[in-house]
Amino acid sequence: MSDETNPLRDAIREAIDENPVILFMKGTPDQPMCGYSARTAAALQTLGAPFAAVDILPDPRIRQELSALSNWPTIPQLFVRGELIGGADIVAEMYETGELAQVLGVEQPSAPEPPAAEGGQAPPLSIENRLG
Amino acid sequence: MATSEELKQRIETAIPGSSAQVTGDDGHHFEAVVVAPQFEGMSRIAQHRLVYDVFEGELGGRIHALSLQTKAPARTSS
Repeated sequence: MSDETNPLRDAIREAIDENPVILFMKGTPDQPMCGYSARTAAALQTLGAPFAAVDILPDPRIRQELSALSNWPTIPQLFVRGELIGGADIVAEMYETGELAQVLGVEQPSAPEPPAAEGGQAPPLSIENRLG
Repeated sequence: MATSEELKQRIETAIPGSSAQVTGDDGHHFEAVVVAPQFEGMSRIAQHRLVYDVFEGELGGRIHALSLQTKAPARTSS
């Protein structure tokens, strides 16, 4: 491909820039399609941090472009204020140490609770729709 | 199919001085605890990237998932 413009990568970059907390995952927070994505979304939900979520499954190119952009091979990927925080393992570790709450600027619940299936976060973003 | 033994050897070869404990026997999902002196002073992201780089192009494909825990040797586990 000689064309240098990459609208999909631009859309991903824009989504990362525009959303202070954004999670790229398989499925949606309410219907995660992978255990790693489920756990990561659940950690954010348990902390009550509002976050945008992008389902990467509808279009395999999203994952390709995201990984090229972030230099991170796996899904999920959590970005806070434009910066990659990590994948499922790092988010889980940071949740346990309280660092995740700190990064998100929320309070760590005194006792970690099993994730409640609550709504409350923004509806899933749909990158491919933005491209028409 | 990948084996935990293969992953362990590749990590330990690629990151000199490291020791890797790899579990997982379904050929696709693995968990690894990697201790390496190189990790000292590195962010978690950088530590994980170092290990991911060993399997560039295979993660998400041949190796469906590699759950990682990384530590520098001096650090006590937490």
